[in-house]
Amino acid sequence: MPMSEAAVALRPRSRAGRQGESLAGLLLTLPASLSYIVLLLAPTLAAVLLAFTDYELGAPSIRWIGLENFAELAEDRGFQVSLRNTLVYVGIVAPASIAGALALALLIESLTRGRALFRAVFFLPVVSLPVAMATAWQYLLHPTIGPVNALLRDIGIAGPAWLTSSDTVLLSLAFIGIWEAIGFNLVLFLAGLTAIPRELHHAAEVDGVKSTWERFRLVTWPLLGPTTLFVVTITLIRSVRTFDSVAVLTQGGPNRASEVLLYTIYTEGFTFFRLGYSAAITLVFLVIVLALMLLQTRVLDKRVHYG
Amino acid sequence: MADGRANPWPEAARLLVLGALGLLFLMPYLWMVSASLKPLDEIFRASLNLIPEGGGTLRNYARVLAEVPVLQYLWNGVVVCGGILFFQLLFAVPAGYAIAKLDFPGRDWMFGAVMLGLLVPYHVPALPLYVAFSWIGWLNTFAALIVPSVISVFAIFLFRQFFKALPDELIHAARIDGMNELSIVWRVILPNALPAATAFAIFSVVAHWNDLFWPLIAVTGHDRATPALAILYYRSEEAGDDFGALMAASAIMTAPLVLAFLVAQRRFVEGIATTGLKG
Repeated sequence: MPMSEAAVALRPRSRAGRQGESLAGLLLTLPASLSYIVLLLAPTLAAVLLAFTDYELGAPSIRWIGLENFAELAEDRGFQVSLRNTLVYVGIVAPASIAGALALALLIESLTRGRALFRAVFFLPVVSLPVAMATAWQYLLHPTIGPVNALLRDIGIAGPAWLTSSDTVLLSLAFIGIWEAIGFNLVLFLAGLTAIPRELHHAAEVDGVKSTWERFRLVTWPLLGPTTLFVVTITLIRSVRTFDSVAVLTQGGPNRASEVLLYTIYTEGFTFFRLGYSAAITLVFLVIVLALMLLQTRVLDKRVHYG
Repeated sequence: MADGRANPWPEAARLLVLGALGLLFLMPYLWMVSASLKPLDEIFRASLNLIPEGGGTLRNYARVLAEVPVLQYLWNGVVVCGGILFFQLLFAVPAGYAIAKLDFPGRDWMFGAVMLGLLVPYHVPALPLYVAFSWIGWLNTFAALIVPSVISVFAIFLFRQFFKALPDELIHAARIDGMNELSIVWRVILPNALPAATAFAIFSVVAHWNDLFWPLIAVTGHDRATPALAILYYRSEEAGDDFGALMAASAIMTAPLVLAFLVAQRRFVEGIATTGLKG
């Protein structure tokens, strides 16, 4: 396209021009606005309303029951176990995958060659079909024929039934969760590290900051603040949403030992068709996600030093 | 370069640590492929040999291909991901352009709605959408798999940010050349937005190819099963505890995206890093 010279001069627009612009703006946003209202806004509001009803799919009537669903939630041991499991899962996966990714990023960044290779290796789980990889883990962790327990047997240890014993199931799922999350966080940390000018490290060295740890503490860590904050929020939200590995490997079992929030929403809503009750759990889930986002903007933001 | 961050460990030690960890990370893939090449009795012996005895067998792959319509499942995945991406771009590129560059009533309000939409996980509208789709008889259709995702507030947000940085002169020049706003979007703006569009495309395809939650809700039969659902069905209906066949099926369904990633590694990593926001 030839750039006309007149283009550089920004002329005041005529009224007709401004009206045309308004019309164009409205028309260009129309498909997005309509689908936003129909597919996002309305169903989200409907989900909120459903949470205050006794709606069941196929039931002849729907009744407004106020806070009854939430009162039932407060008594529902299954829901409490699910909530607790979710928090335990997040409490393991988030710190481990964040610290692990940061350590890997620092190691990879310090290499003179092979960076792209290692980045690709650790990133691979992010693009791999989670259902397929879950079945691969099912084989790896199989109590009798799985390679993990075969290895343990060779060195004289009787391995546990990783995914079928209530003592180890949540830990095993958390381990898979860390494996899935670390590459994603790694890529974000690597992007953050690239943005830190190398001169700063030289300057610190000249100023007499000799140890690597001190340079990390004084230079890298503060400048990585915004990235870290972002990674923390994203990881918390992603691990609250864990679903695939539970649905494929344990269905919440044994005895609810691996039941997590999204899986409870799924079973209540789409297996038992108690949509009102499921919507109430969805609302709890939404509040948790919103609280995590608020945490980012309100609390953590103040402590982050922007370089 | 190497001494930019003078490290207490020599590079060889760091390579060794990363190599060992990397190998550990690849274990699920190595064992998946290994088991997919072993006959059942060898798997049940639980030996620690990654290399199958006697060079392995392709019988597991043959069994999967004979028992289930693998191509149909992969095609379903392509249709769903392609359909979703097509509409996402069709809706989000013009909207992102208008919000970034045009002055019209309700613009700021719309941007607020986009920001608000970013806060809501897609699992929240899923329940009412399921009810609505079951009323209008859309369950088990491509429409059910595609329609809920055609609006991506994240795409609008991403394109708005990207277009904001494009010079106004570009648009003025096009207007002076007599182009209308719609052709400006597709012929001037979009070609300039290819980096953002590519990043978003990778993000979108990875997210929807891998998704299980919504397909599990919207689809019950084999006809419209996505690759993720296909593996679940295959395990419960055909393979059971035959891990050789199950690993072969898993390898087949995982291969397309992993191969695409290995070919266009850089773009994938950049795409996910720039779109990491949405998770």
